[in-house]
Amino acid sequence: MGKLNMVKALNLALLQEMERDDGVVIIGEDVGVDGGVFRVTEDLHRQFGGTRVIDSPLAEAAIIGTAVGMALYGLKPICEIQFSGFAFQCFHQIENHAARYRARSQGRFHCQMVLRMPYGGGVRALEHHTESEEQFYAHIPGLKMVIPSGPRTARALLASAIRDPDPVIFFESKALYHAAKEEVPDEIETMPIGRARIDREGRDLTLIAYGAMLRVAREAAEVLREEDGVEVEVIDLLTVSPLDRETISASVQKTGRAVVVHEASRNFGPGAEIAASIMEGAFLSLEAPVRRVTAYDVPFVGFAREWVHIPDAARVVSAARDTLAY
Amino acid sequence: MPRTPIEPRFKIEYLSILDSEGSLDTALEPDIPPGDLKRLYRAMVLGRRLDERMVRLQRQGRIGTFAPIKGQEAAQIGSVFALRRTDWMVPSFRETAAMLWRGWPIEKLLCLFAGRLEGGQPAPDQHDLPITIPVATQLPHAVGLAYAAQYRGDDVVVMAYCGDGATSEGDFHEALNFAGVWHVPVVFVVQNNQWAISIPLKKQTHSATLAQKALGYGFPGIQVDGNDLLAVYAASREAVARARHGEGPTLIECVTYRLGVHTTADDPTRYRSDEEVKAWERKDPLPRARAYLEKKNLLDDGLEEQVDAEIARAVERFETMADADPLTIFDHVFAERPAHLEAQRAELRERLGADPPRRVDEERPLPTPMRGQRKTSRWAN
Repeated sequence: MGKLNMVKALNLALLQEMERDDGVVIIGEDVGVDGGVFRVTEDLHRQFGGTRVIDSPLAEAAIIGTAVGMALYGLKPICEIQFSGFAFQCFHQIENHAARYRARSQGRFHCQMVLRMPYGGGVRALEHHTESEEQFYAHIPGLKMVIPSGPRTARALLASAIRDPDPVIFFESKALYHAAKEEVPDEIETMPIGRARIDREGRDLTLIAYGAMLRVAREAAEVLREEDGVEVEVIDLLTVSPLDRETISASVQKTGRAVVVHEASRNFGPGAEIAASIMEGAFLSLEAPVRRVTAYDVPFVGFAREWVHIPDAARVVSAARDTLAY
Repeated sequence: MPRTPIEPRFKIEYLSILDSEGSLDTALEPDIPPGDLKRLYRAMVLGRRLDERMVRLQRQGRIGTFAPIKGQEAAQIGSVFALRRTDWMVPSFRETAAMLWRGWPIEKLLCLFAGRLEGGQPAPDQHDLPITIPVATQLPHAVGLAYAAQYRGDDVVVMAYCGDGATSEGDFHEALNFAGVWHVPVVFVVQNNQWAISIPLKKQTHSATLAQKALGYGFPGIQVDGNDLLAVYAASREAVARARHGEGPTLIECVTYRLGVHTTADDPTRYRSDEEVKAWERKDPLPRARAYLEKKNLLDDGLEEQVDAEIARAVERFETMADADPLTIFDHVFAERPAHLEAQRAELRERLGADPPRRVDEERPLPTPMRGQRKTSRWAN
């Protein structure tokens, strides 16, 4: 047991899964000798060599496209797309092929592969380095979309994603990479994909968040307890798709009120699907409309104005108060 | 300092062994055993006759849109013949003849083009990918397969097909680049059939050949007469041998011609002349191969009839297949069905129970003709 930040925790998952399965290979830009621009693959090239930790040419479509071929052959590639903002150059390989090969071949082939991508803002970065695009992947049948919220969940979910027989999009919040350290057990730990976690129990309102927004939700919950005497239940979604509707509905059946927080822009985003699933699963318990606290529907804002764009605890508290007063 | 030429230092060869006039270059003639020659010619005839039958089936509304191969039989059979069963074949969407050679049953292909996904399922022992429709996107898969085979130390060569239009796509260039850098056992077969729907080669590229594109990625490219079975085979055999012996990728440009439509939804009279088509009909790969076999006394009597009977039996098997169970649409999305798909499946099951949908074969309306279909006669043969 040691205290690790998210980068080290992810690195540990990669190391242990590569040790236990020689079909696991890593491919991406700068993932080898350099250890990845965020150092998530640090030292793996030295340990496993360049044929398993592949420094690829700079071409996202072929990184995913060749990984699809490797997966069809039976390897378990882990692809790193350097920033999620660059994944549109391989989006067709993800949607047209990784997500569909099982259906197209009627089960003869499948793509056991993980697509790791740093996402999200709050790191004073340029355009294409700060966006959150989980909604695109969550919409695609055949893909799983996972977003851990801290070192321990990152490590356990990455191990599960690598072992999952279906393609998993694995978003890593850049803002969380070095944000905090957590106790991470030495022995291999996995977590079920598709299952949300109750991060904090409460009876008055449900806050649903994931990734870097979990800490925003936690902060808001604390403010609401201290200033309003409200007990907020916080759900850490962990998997955006397939959505754990059961956990969400059970919570809202109890609280009657829900606020969804995400960094992706609002229109047609995960908040809309979560709100719809609450309508289906907890309609008769609802005391107020489901609110969404999200980024605005603008293409990008530049980091100088990011503080108004990315949800913070004050916005969540305000939305929660509106919901409670409804 | 003076400018010092460093590149290019390359050549592009054009290979022709048996030309359209029937002249044979005996020095280059590959030594193909008579039994194989008979099988190859039969495969070409099967490709042609099935193609023609499929066009009729499409016109009758019994299958949907597909991409005919007419004119490209030599390019496909000559190349795929160089593979072993244990090698991998990665088609685009116009490789019916090559797919038949690789063991796809005719009725399965008909099934695929009749809109049934089970037609795209390769047999468990078949090292073939199903067809890929987005142009050039299958090429990185071929490179990945070859990388994985090399990683595992398997004696495997991957052959990937694409057309001239694909050479404009980013995925083509990325695949070639990765193949070159990784030095993997892959052979790219570009069937340059001169037209990407309505776009002629001269609007597709300013390169003198498509073969030379390989040189930019550090491996050889060769242009062959794609309607010459012997030339295609000779080049493919050499490329496959190179790949097998660790000498890396090769690109083979087969210069051929799509004698028919792009797909059954296309009308080529809008964009190309009858004279051009007629000129290429004189270079048809089939009569050329037939004359070659005739000279060697290898032609079997009644071959066409045998092939037609094989097709007729397959069409019958296809038409008597049980209806597809609609509930199977949820079977191959994930390894295990998540809750939302279980719920959607239950909803469909209830719907089917309450109001069973009409079987598709109870009524076969003719498809709405696509623009121009009735004006063209080229496919109606």
